[in-house]
Parts: sequence; C-alpha cells; structure tokens
Amino acid sequence: MSIRSIVIFLLVACLPATAFSEIARVKKVSGDAHIEREGKRVDAKPGVTLEQKDVLVTGANGRLSVTFIDNTRFSAGPDSRVSLEKFEFDSTTHRGAFESRVEWGSLAVVSGQIAKEKPDSMKLFTPESILGVRGTRFIVKVAK
Amino acid sequence: MMHRIFLSVLALLAVSACSSDRVLLLPGEDGVPSGAVAVLSQTGQARAVIDKAYTEATIGTDAIDQSRTDAATVEREHGALIRALPTAPRRFIFYFREGTTSLTVKSQSEIGDLFAEVKSRPGADVQIVGHTSTLGSSSANDRLSLQRAKLIAKLLVERGLDPSLVRAAGRGERELLIPTADGVRNARNRRVEILVR
Repeated sequence: MSIRSIVIFLLVACLPATAFSEIARVKKVSGDAHIEREGKRVDAKPGVTLEQKDVLVTGANGRLSVTFIDNTRFSAGPDSRVSLEKFEFDSTTHRGAFESRVEWGSLAVVSGQIAKEKPDSMKLFTPESILGVRGTRFIVKVAK
Repeated sequence: MMHRIFLSVLALLAVSACSSDRVLLLPGEDGVPSGAVAVLSQTGQARAVIDKAYTEATIGTDAIDQSRTDAATVEREHGALIRALPTAPRRFIFYFREGTTSLTVKSQSEIGDLFAEVKSRPGADVQIVGHTSTLGSSSANDRLSLQRAKLIAKLLVERGLDPSLVRAAGRGERELLIPTADGVRNARNRRVEILVR
C-alpha cells in the first residue's frame, strides 16, 4: 500500500460522522410541527431521526418532543423555534458538546449525559442569554 | 370607554416591550434533587446560578431578576409542556446460561416487560449490547456477546419492531458488571444490556 493510499484511507476513516449521523429522534408530535433541515421542511413524526443543525418548528397549536442519544429530552411548546446548532457525543466517555438556540417560544428540558459528565458542556442560547446546564430539568421561555 | 381601551392597549405594549427571556428551574424527576442552570457571560463566567426548584429568572442584557413560584402555578402555566416531555429512557439487563445464547429462566420470564416497553413507545430506538464473563478466549467471547445481542434484536423484530430502530453490538469481556480475573465464571457478567429510548 502506498503512502498516498494510506493517507487517503486515514482521511476517509477519520471523516467526522457528524454530517449524517443521528443525534436524536422525534418521540411525540401534535398539531402543527415540523423540522427544518437546510432550509427545507421535513415532516415530524415519531421515530424520525434528527441531525445537527436541524431546527424544531411549531405553530400556534403545535408541540414537538425529542430524545437525544445522550438521553437529553426536549419538549417544544406552541409557537416555538429551536435550533440544534451543535451536538457532539462520545458514547463511551459521555463527553460532548451540545448547543441549541431557543429563538422564540417555550422549551422544557431534561438534561442527559453530556451535561452530567461536564457542567456547562451543554449550552442553550436565547436572544438575551447563554445558559450553562448543570444536570437538571427546566423550562426556557422566549417572547416572539 | 375609548380611553380605557387605549390604556389597556398601552399597558399590553409596555408588558411586551419589557418581556425578556425567562428560565424556570423544576425539581428533578422522581425525587432527584434539582441541579442548576447558570446564566453565563460571553466569556463563560457565571452571571447568576439558578439552583433552587421553582425559581424563575428573568434575564435582561443588564439585570437578572430571580423570583419564587410554586408547583400549582407551574402546573397551570406549563403543565402541558412538561407532560409532553418524552418518557425517560429505560434500561434492562437479561442474563444467559454459560457459553450459550439461552436466557436464564428468570430472564425469560422478564423479557415480556421489554417487549411491552418497546411497544408502548412510538419512535422507540433500542440499543442492545451483549457481554460475557471472562471464561474462554476473548475472541470467542466477542462472538458470543454479539450473538447474545443479536438474539434479543431478533426477538424484538419478530414482535414487530422496525429493524432500523434496533442496534446490536457485542463487547465481549471488556465491560464486566462484576470485575473478575481472567478465566472466571460469573453469572452476572453473562448478560445483555438494553437501553430503550
């Protein structure tokens, strides 16, 4: 095997899995709710997998609940927009980085293994704040 | 009359202009103490730490006001949002007879709980990880642990679970439940651990 092919092999083997990998699944949907992926609308129904950069969107009567692969759980209330900006998780060490943004609306959160392993490695952004999650259950509300 | 309407519209406008982001800390689930949420600065320093259940913080650019609320108010205002949270993931462990993919009698009697749990969760994903004791070679144990995990996966798929929702892996003798030396029989290490999410 030439050095070049080894280098190519290593590059391919080391490609970040983040681009296509599952970070969460939709668990419950009611009313008007969908996922926005690269500007396109994806139907939200139980079992649908979510990826990094997806956005949870609900209308006036909509609700959308998801469970992440680190066991974090989200419930987005009506009239909400929550962007899943960054999700990295090592299922062996439980280390990771998790950043989401509540642009508007309401979100209930039960944090999972990322926040448990290292405080503030899970962050939530709102228009006025940066929240560091230290292993807990809470609600964020942002007026539209 | 017009005057009163004008005043109430003005009051509404004032309220919405002042509304800022709010964080409400809830008690932990199932009696677990609540943790904390920190309001961080751009550089990651804590501007405030909310660490008591039923504390609500109103966050502005300059000020953070904390006030107390109670369970009844939270239920009235946010009960539906909280109830819409997905069910907490649940863990199962099933044990096997030595060197085989046959479940112990006790585990056989408990596996119905797993099927019921998976069935009750729309969009469930199931992670199955097989393990062995340290008896035998590590390569044989890698194979056996994977066969054990695949057996559970097969049972779930036979009961209607979408195969794409199941992941089965074997960890051989690498993750012992009960630490032992190499070459030791241990009934609790001969197992499959399952996470239903």
